[in-house]
Amino acid sequence: MAAGVATWLPFARAAAVGWLPLAKKTMPKPPIDNSSKSDEILYVNVSGVRFQTWKNTLDRYPETLLGSSEKEFFYNEDTQEYFFDRDPEMFRHILNFYRTGKLHYPRNECIQAFDEELAFYGIVPEIIGDCCMEEYRDRKKENQERLAEDTEANEGMDAPLPPNSTSRERLWRAFENPHTSTMALVFYYVTGFFIAVSVIANVVETVPCRPHKGSAKELPCGEKYHLAFFCMDTACVLIFTFEYLMRLFAAPSRCKFMRSVMSVIDVVAIMPYYIGLVMPENEDVSGAFVTLRVFRVFRIFKFSRHSQGLRILGYTLKSCASELGFLLFSLTMAIIIFATVMFYAEKGTKGSTFTSIPASFWYTIVTMTTLGYGDMVPNTIAGKIFGSICSLSGVLVIALPVPVIVSNFSRIYHQNQRADKMRAQQKVRMARIRMAKKGTANAFLQYKEDRNIGDPDGDNSALCVKNRSAFEHQHNHLLHCLEKTTNHEFTNEMNYSELCMTESVGYRTSRSTSLSSHQGAQNNSTGCCPRRARRRAAMRLANSTVSVSRGSVQELDTLHLKTTSIPPQTRSSLNAQMCDMKLNCGDQDFTAAIISIPTPPANSPDESLPPSPAPILGILRNTRATAYTQDSVKISSL
Amino acid sequence: MGLDGMEVIAIAVVIGLFVVVLKQFGVWEPLSLEDSCEGDLELSMVRHQPEGLDQLQAQTQFTRKELQSLYRGFKNECPSGLVDEETFKSIYSQFFPQGDATTYAHFLFNAFDMDRSGSIRFEDFVIGLSVLLRGSVTEKLRWAFNLYDINKDGYVTKEEMMAIMTSIYDMMGRYTLPSVRDDSPYEHVERFFQKMDRNRDGVVTIDEFIETCQKDENIMASMQLFENVI
Repeated sequence: MAAGVATWLPFARAAAVGWLPLAKKTMPKPPIDNSSKSDEILYVNVSGVRFQTWKNTLDRYPETLLGSSEKEFFYNEDTQEYFFDRDPEMFRHILNFYRTGKLHYPRNECIQAFDEELAFYGIVPEIIGDCCMEEYRDRKKENQERLAEDTEANEGMDAPLPPNSTSRERLWRAFENPHTSTMALVFYYVTGFFIAVSVIANVVETVPCRPHKGSAKELPCGEKYHLAFFCMDTACVLIFTFEYLMRLFAAPSRCKFMRSVMSVIDVVAIMPYYIGLVMPENEDVSGAFVTLRVFRVFRIFKFSRHSQGLRILGYTLKSCASELGFLLFSLTMAIIIFATVMFYAEKGTKGSTFTSIPASFWYTIVTMTTLGYGDMVPNTIAGKIFGSICSLSGVLVIALPVPVIVSNFSRIYHQNQRADKMRAQQKVRMARIRMAKKGTANAFLQYKEDRNIGDPDGDNSALCVKNRSAFEHQHNHLLHCLEKTTNHEFTNEMNYSELCMTESVGYRTSRSTSLSSHQGAQNNSTGCCPRRARRRAAMRLANSTVSVSRGSVQELDTLHLKTTSIPPQTRSSLNAQMCDMKLNCGDQDFTAAIISIPTPPANSPDESLPPSPAPILGILRNTRATAYTQDSVKISSL
Repeated sequence: MGLDGMEVIAIAVVIGLFVVVLKQFGVWEPLSLEDSCEGDLELSMVRHQPEGLDQLQAQTQFTRKELQSLYRGFKNECPSGLVDEETFKSIYSQFFPQGDATTYAHFLFNAFDMDRSGSIRFEDFVIGLSVLLRGSVTEKLRWAFNLYDINKDGYVTKEEMMAIMTSIYDMMGRYTLPSVRDDSPYEHVERFFQKMDRNRDGVVTIDEFIETCQKDENIMASMQLFENVI
């Protein structure tokens, strides 16, 4: 019900007094209304802009946020007002809706922002007034189309093939997207070249060449160099046939493929050749044969696979079918009318070219399209008058549907441009997103380093705080909880791949003894690579030890690998940490591990906590990951 | 040279086009331009301002604040200050979506529109409400009688009552339990007249009506029902 109706409800209820004397039964009791009767002014503060309104105004729509008790959540007792941390510009429109009962859509606002505001305040977009509804719908549809295109481009054709696709699927892919592989690209260009050659040959063979010596008649080149042209034609047709058969083989749905426009064009383009081969060279059928040759020109349509512009044009014409139909219909009407009139106007004159009404059609068409060949000309005054009216009206009738077609073409063309741009920008965007993700992951591992450094000795915790916001602290704590829950640890992609792939020889042997005591309690056998798990555990051990960087630390602008040799028995505090370590190499959730490489590792084993934290802090930086395998091998020899 | 049939037609067409072009430029009928301007002025809104707050306070039983609140709602709905019958019908119909409330709304409109001006002003609105909500029982009964008396002649005939009753049953709509029979209004009217028409003269006067209603306990009890609507 509209807002205004709520205002009239008391009136309607009062008017019910008129039913009382007629009532057959006793009336029910009215609902008890305990709310304060007097109307009051409410203060609504939206990001500093204070709005005031009567309480009744807001109560008009009890199913929205402001009209229901939901707004009490936003009530600020100190300032005695309702505070909303939203856009004040938009709120103006929302409040006007309560006041006038009509919701308007501001044209200069982003449609999504507006939708979000409406969703927040609990207002359904359907009640936008008629004055703004069309604009709102158009903008919304445009936005949705744009978003749909983006997602389409995202999961679109450039996505890599699943690894276990058949050769048929790969072939089809190569045909549809030539730029996925070089072979496909080569094939694409070759076919394009041959299409061009074929078309040019068709054109050139009709040009008159110099006649043979001793003959007076000029021959078209096609007949003079009959063999050459035949060979060229054969070659082209062979290529086209091969391409068509390949496509037919690779097509996921053969029936659908055979029905598609492009395949029909392909067939039409190569059929004349085969029919010509089959047909005998006699006079009766050569006429038909010549006609078939016309169809060879359809090869030029094969270019539409190569040119996007052509496809857009074709698609536009298809989508403007109704406008074109209207144009044709109105033209036909006008042609018939004017042809009739001209015929009867010119009937009397001698030697008139307007011999019948269909004959006048030609004059009408030529005049309406302002061609004016001059082969048929009216001679009488009436004919001339009607002829001039005909030409004037022709201009108007043709000019009317053209802008619609043009705007359609423009829209589709721009959509295509946008899709292409999106695809190009997509890669950059994904790269940037990956970088950002890595950054946050690095932050977590950094936090873990600091925390492990700070753990054994409380003094260092202050230094480990660094510049992290409360949010980051809590986020890191959350990730840490997840680690503890699943009994896995986050690590660096590089590190992980290195560990899983490389086989550092000395590492295993040196570590196995030292780790055996630690890993007695461990149950890492279920890891996909127990050897790797052990090695990984060693790395983790190394990471979690503080005994690093007695000497100078080699600072790299890439990942620093921090490993130390471990005297396991002394690190009782670490045992607890290491106990429940179980790594699964299959874990996809990689984050960068910050590890630094100290150049002289010799001093490290005897170092107990705390070391000087300053160099460590200097080392531990969020940087991109590349691992230094060489140094790790060096360390492992200890 | 004699003119052919086609020549005549051609010349006629040319003259016709000429006239049309002249009309477009306004050369043909200079006078009509001025007239069309004045016609537009009539469409501007007819406005009405209510009497002062103090006068209304004197005429009704509402407090100042209540009057202010009522006027704000009224003005919001009808910025021109007047409610015409069509608007009234459409508003009233919204409260009874199942049935057809237009006929009853018509009677109600006439009951409120005391000076028969064809539109309800704020004063009519407020005075009517005052009677219905804050008036004495006699006043309310008088108002109801005024509603039933369609031609305002002081007598409620069976035909008038029949019209009112039919319009009330129309508001119920088709989907009721038990369904409204065709003679339900007639039966209801018969019962009403049996109760109200003392002297069996076929009409109910205001005194008969008030007297009978005051003796009926149900009606008396329900009169207090809508007191706290505002």
